This record gives sequence, structure tokens and C-alpha cells, in this order.
Amino acid sequence: MTFDADLRATAGTFAVAVTGRWQPGDVVAVVGPNGAGKSTFLRAIAGLTAATGTLRIGGVDVVDRPVARRGVGWVPQDGALFPHLSALDNVAFGLRGRRGRSAAQLWLDRLGIGDLAGRKPSQLSGGQAQKVALARALAREPSVLLLDEPLAALDVEARTDVRRSLRAHLAEFQGVTMLVTHDAVDVMTLASRVLALDGGAVVQDATVGEVTTAPRTPWLAALMGGNGFYARVNAGTLALDEGGILVAAEAPSSDGAEVLAVVPAHAVTLHRQRPEGSARNVWPATIRDLAVVGGRVRVTLDGTPAVLADVTTASAADLALAEGVGVWASVKATEVTVVVL
Amino acid sequence: MKTTRPPLSLATAAVVGVAFLLLPLAALLDRTPWHALPRLLTSTSALTALRLSIECSLGALALSLAVGVPLAWLLARVEFPGKSLLRAAVTLPLVLPPVVGGVALLLAFGRNGVVPLSLSFTTWGAILAEAFVALPFLVLAVEGALLAVDERYDDVAATLGSNTTRTFFRVTLPLVLPALAAGSALAWARALGEFGATITFAGNLPGSTQTLPLDVYLTLQDNPDAAIALSTLLLALSLMVLVAMRSRWRLTR
Amino acid sequence: MKRRAIAVALLLALGSAGCSGESKPRRTITVFAAASLTDAFTAEAAAYEKQSGVHVRFSFAGSQDLVAQLNQGAPADAVATADTATLGKLTVKLAGASATFARNRLVIVTAPGNPKHIETPADLTRRGIVVVLAEPSVPAGKYATQALQAADVTVHPRSLEDNVRGVLTKVELGEADAGIVYVTDAKAAGAKVGAVALPTSPIATYPAAALDASGQGFVDFLISVAGQRILAQHGFLPPQ
Repeated sequence: MTFDADLRATAGTFAVAVTGRWQPGDVVAVVGPNGAGKSTFLRAIAGLTAATGTLRIGGVDVVDRPVARRGVGWVPQDGALFPHLSALDNVAFGLRGRRGRSAAQLWLDRLGIGDLAGRKPSQLSGGQAQKVALARALAREPSVLLLDEPLAALDVEARTDVRRSLRAHLAEFQGVTMLVTHDAVDVMTLASRVLALDGGAVVQDATVGEVTTAPRTPWLAALMGGNGFYARVNAGTLALDEGGILVAAEAPSSDGAEVLAVVPAHAVTLHRQRPEGSARNVWPATIRDLAVVGGRVRVTLDGTPAVLADVTTASAADLALAEGVGVWASVKATEVTVVVL
Repeated sequence: MKTTRPPLSLATAAVVGVAFLLLPLAALLDRTPWHALPRLLTSTSALTALRLSIECSLGALALSLAVGVPLAWLLARVEFPGKSLLRAAVTLPLVLPPVVGGVALLLAFGRNGVVPLSLSFTTWGAILAEAFVALPFLVLAVEGALLAVDERYDDVAATLGSNTTRTFFRVTLPLVLPALAAGSALAWARALGEFGATITFAGNLPGSTQTLPLDVYLTLQDNPDAAIALSTLLLALSLMVLVAMRSRWRLTR
Repeated sequence: MKRRAIAVALLLALGSAGCSGESKPRRTITVFAAASLTDAFTAEAAAYEKQSGVHVRFSFAGSQDLVAQLNQGAPADAVATADTATLGKLTVKLAGASATFARNRLVIVTAPGNPKHIETPADLTRRGIVVVLAEPSVPAGKYATQALQAADVTVHPRSLEDNVRGVLTKVELGEADAGIVYVTDAKAAGAKVGAVALPTSPIATYPAAALDASGQGFVDFLISVAGQRILAQHGFLPPQ
């Protein structure tokens, strides 16, 4: 069932307008800075927030239908399980009769928590509760599944565990999934497409690969672990809005064109002395912050431009990197991607 | 752990307050003719008044629930013009002298009332008078609880295909049940003790409208011992409510 | 120092004014009177004040109610009830002998013009007629029961009011079709009610007594020529 949305929704003084088309099986990561309208968009799809426009599921426009008749599954941030009902009763809430109850039990089994059927939500851990919430939404076999930051409230272990379950079930799920997240890991492991919102509008609607290599906003670049600089083409080089110049191997010819210069974090190399060699982009920088992430070191640098670098722990040790230390950052021209805006 | 000693002025005032509240109750228990109690309480008129009081107060509670819960839902969940006026009207019986309430009921539902239901001098009239004063307790308790319930539960239930009514009965109501119980207990106790509105609107007829408080008032003129016995009975019923409620007196979160 | 002396003196003066007791007659007295005496006694008080300078404050209620309050210690200087039996229940000492100052009869009251055509006590038992009486412990209620028994009629009242004026009000409001009150009550209500004679009505006897020396003056006034004239004007029968 193709999912077509052309929605305009208002929440208070905030307006959101989104147009897009997705195919069955798509798992769309809905990303954006706070206040971008991600939750409003999801609520508009569910019908919890009033919206105008069209919302076609399998060709049928449901924008005027009440919430209960849209065939949409909804998992809010901490699951919102009904506190007075057991896990089984929660999952069976949307289903009818005895067949509903056995179907509910099956879903709990499928998620590996079948033995928790009789427990009340207060007796479940965060991860277990999220799995029950997922089962509850999936049990009604919706056409569209809406997950609003499903892993945000979980601790690291639970997050990994639930993410694994999510991955398995989203792969099986035949409908379209909209997953709001702030976590790049979610985007990389769960999603097939990304819908990036900012200020209530769509800034990019593309596959995960495209968004990684050619994001259209600095925020999006940073989410995917890279750098994005607004710049103007100026005599074959890129004049960055925030100051500094970058040279790209392939630059568009039109002077004055607005672009986003994208540099992956791992393409930034750091040196103690000004490096000799072929790198066309070299500039001095000061280390503001260091963080060890997944066996590598992320270095936040102040400079013109400020940049995020991703180096091995070995290199960081070799270079004796520390806060406040002055270094030289260098980027090969071939590593600079130019995204025409 | 350091024990704090209260300042003398506060302690004195508190002791006076306690004495003020407990002394009348102690006096009542002291003067109760304990040996004559069984005889006095099983007299026909006492039993009739007791039965009638229980019937009317439960009827008033039922009426309050039927009207009050939807009213509480309206006040808690729906925005509409004149809402503060409605809330004031619902709270009015709490501060209105009960007799005034009785007069108002007479002018509204009596034989020549605005809505001439001719409920004056009927058991239904007594139930109505009692419901009039008891309703606010229920509405306030339930409204407070409804305001505290997370609206996301309603949202989730809707996405699971539940319509408003089903959601109300299967999700919202179970979550406000404790407050509903507290409000009901208070409302019932209030209805049981109502006097002014009942005697003015429903009149006084043994077996039909002479509830226990009316019985106490009239019996006091002839037979103080019997009146004291009935008073002790009412006190016992009130204490039952207190014990059942114990610490659950918070009407709002 | 001087200020304090004046304050103390003032307090003493007020205090002595407050607790005068039996030593000297007071300017205001309190009289507890049966509800049926409301209009007549208000007129009596006006005349009495003109004559003696003493202001009378009243508490009107059912006789049984008044006696109960007095027995529990309510302060009053004189009391007047609608029957001698109720006065007999008084446990407080009288300051003077009780004296019968008036008599009364009962009457059936209806809506003005008697639209339901109630002519006899038997009509009170007709289906759909709402009848209100006074409670049996109220003198008016007792008398009404006697009257109905004498007429061999069993009435099922819709309410038993705790004083006779309550009965009158219910009929005036139209909440009841008929009630049994005193002739004087019907007269006081004037055109607001219709009246139907009740031949089997017993004669109500009204005694009054002083509870305090200050009250005796009012009791004497009731029996005086002036006092009797006022009672007659309101429809009371002489004490005979």
C-alpha cells in the first residue's frame, strides 16, 4: 500500500507542511532539530492533530477520517501502556474477543516476552514495556506504523535489545514505518529512508546513503557524523559563510551558487605541524573537545572553519591530542562533496 | 532525629480546636442511653427513618453519579463558552444554605414550579434535595482526577480503534476510580445528613420523606433520649464512612 | 493611668447594665409564642410598647418546639402556647400563674376560590387532593386529628409540618390543595387562601405565663381590655 502524504497541520502557532510518497516496507527515519515539527507530523498522520490536505493509504484518502478508523499504529515515547491492564490486555485492547487474546499472546511470544503476559506495566522494565507497546500497535496490522522516539527513554542495554527486536519486526512489517529519532545509530540500522524536517518544512527526503554522503543542511550532516558548511562558489573555490575557504575536486562552475560543502568527519586528518603534501585544504585549529565513541575519537575543533574530526585512538595518542592543543586540520579536495542547494 | 517542639501559641490553638471538635461528640456518646439503645433504635419510626435514609441517600448518590460524572468530564475535557459559569453553578450548593436550596427546588420543581414536576412531598423529592447538595462533592473529586489523567492514553486508545465512549469506560474511568470512590463516599455522607433542603422541598412524612435527620429534629421536641439515640446512630454511620476512606481524603492530586 | 480607670469604670457600668436580673424592669423583653399568634402578637407588642415603653422581641414557632427550647435553657420572659397540654410539659419554673387569654377554632384552607370544590372533611380524602397538616406533636396537628376523627374521616397527608404557619405557606404556594389551620391563620392570609368551615373542630385554648417578672406585664396586657380587643380583631375567640 503506497503511502502518499500532502499535509498541512498547525499546532498552536507552529505550522508544518510535508509532502512525500513512500512504498510498503519503507522505514523512514524522521529527523530534525527540536521544534522542527516531527511529532506534529506524526500526530497529523494519526489524526491526533488536525490537518488539511491529503493522506492516501493504498489510494484511499483518510485525511477526513477519525483517528480510530485510519489504520495507523502509534507508539509514543515511553509506550503509554494502560497502567491498569496487564501486558496481554494491553496488546489485546485493539482486538476483539478470544481470538484477539490469543493473537495478542502470539505477538508477545514473537517479541520474546510471552511469559510477561500477566504482568502489569509497573512490573515491566523500560525495554519490556516498549516491546509490549510495539506489539500492541502491530497487533492490529496497521498500514502505517508511527514510532515517536521509541528508544529515547531506555538505558543503553535496553536500547540495544529493543533496537534488535525493532529491526527484526520492521523488516517483516508490510506497511510504511515513520520513526522519529535523534540517534544516528537508529537511522543507520533501522531506516531505509530519511525525512529531514526543519522549521516545519521538508529539507530532505532521500535514502540513508544519499543523506550520509550528500546531506542538505549542516544539522543533517552533523547527525550523520560529518560536517556541512554553507558556502558560495567563488572562482572555483568554496567561500564558507562562517569564514574560510575550501577547495573541492569537483566544483560547480556557476559563481555565486549557494551550496553545502560536506566533509565526512573521518576525512579530516590532524597534524601537529603544518603538513606538506597534496592536501589542498589546510588550516590551523584548536581542540575544543574530545570524545571516545565506539573505539574512535571524535575531536571538536575551533577554527576557520570549525570542524568535527574522527580519528583512531592510536592517532590521537600519537599526536598527544588534548583540549586546548593547537593542531593543523587537513582535508583532501576529493573528500569535499558539493551539494547544490 | 531531632523532635521539633511546636510553638506554644500554635499548640494551644490546636488543642482548643481539637476540643471544639471532639467535645460535642464525646458529650453525645456520654449521654447516649446505651441500655435503652436497642429498644429505641428498633422502634418502628426509627427503623422506618433509617430505611428511608439509606434508600434516599443511595438514590441521591446514584443520581449524582449519573449526572455528575458526565458533568465532570465536560468540565475537565471540553472547552466551551460559559465554562466558568457552569463550574460556579456546580459549586454553588456547597456554599448555599441548604434551606435556600430547598426553597429554590420548590420554586423550580414544585407543583407550580418552573418545571412543574410536582416532586414536592415525594420520596423522589427527598432524593432530589439530597442530590442537590451532594453533587458538587462528586463533580469536584472526579474533575480533579480527570484533569490529572494523561491525555496520551486517550490518544493511544483512539489509534487502537476505540471510540470515545469505549475509551472512557475502559481506560479513563478505571484510572479515576479512586477519586470517584472518595467523591462518592463524601457525597453519600452529605446526602445522608441533609436536612434543610429535604424538609423544605420534600416535607416531612414518616415512611416517605422523614429521613433520619428530620426524625432527630422532631423527636428532640418530645423525647430527647430517642433523639440522642438516633444521633448516635447517625454518628456511627458517619464514622463508617471515615474508616472506609481512611487516608484517601485527597480529592485532587 | 487615668485612661485605664475610665475603661474599667465603663466596663463595670456595661456589665451591671447587662446582668440586671430581677431587680428592675427592662426596656426589652423576649416572648416565645405559638406560630398561630404571629400577626396578633405583633400588633399586641406595638400597643404594649406605646403603653409601657417596653419593646417586645418574639420567637414564633410550633408550641412543642418552643417548650423544648425553653427546657434546654433558652432565655425568655414569657411564653404563650396553643394548648395547655404543651405548656404543661415545661420544666422551667413559672414566675406567675398561667392564664388563658384566647381561644381558636380550626378551618380548612384551600387555594383562593376553592377550585377543587372542597366542601366537607370527606372531600379531603378524594383522589388527587394533596393535603398538608401540622405534625401531631404540634397543637394544631393534634386538634386537626381530633377534628378529623370526630368527622369520621381518615386523611393521608403528604407532609406533616412542624408548625401551623408552614401548613398555611404550603397552601399559599399551591404545593398543597388543602390544609387545616386556625381560623386566625386563614384571616391573616386574607385573599391568598380560601376558607372552608370545619364544624367538628375542637376549641383550642391558648395559655400564657411569665417566666420572669419582666414578662408579667405583657401577660397582664393580653388579658386587659386593650389586649383582648386586638385579639378579637385578628379573629380569636375570647377566653371565656
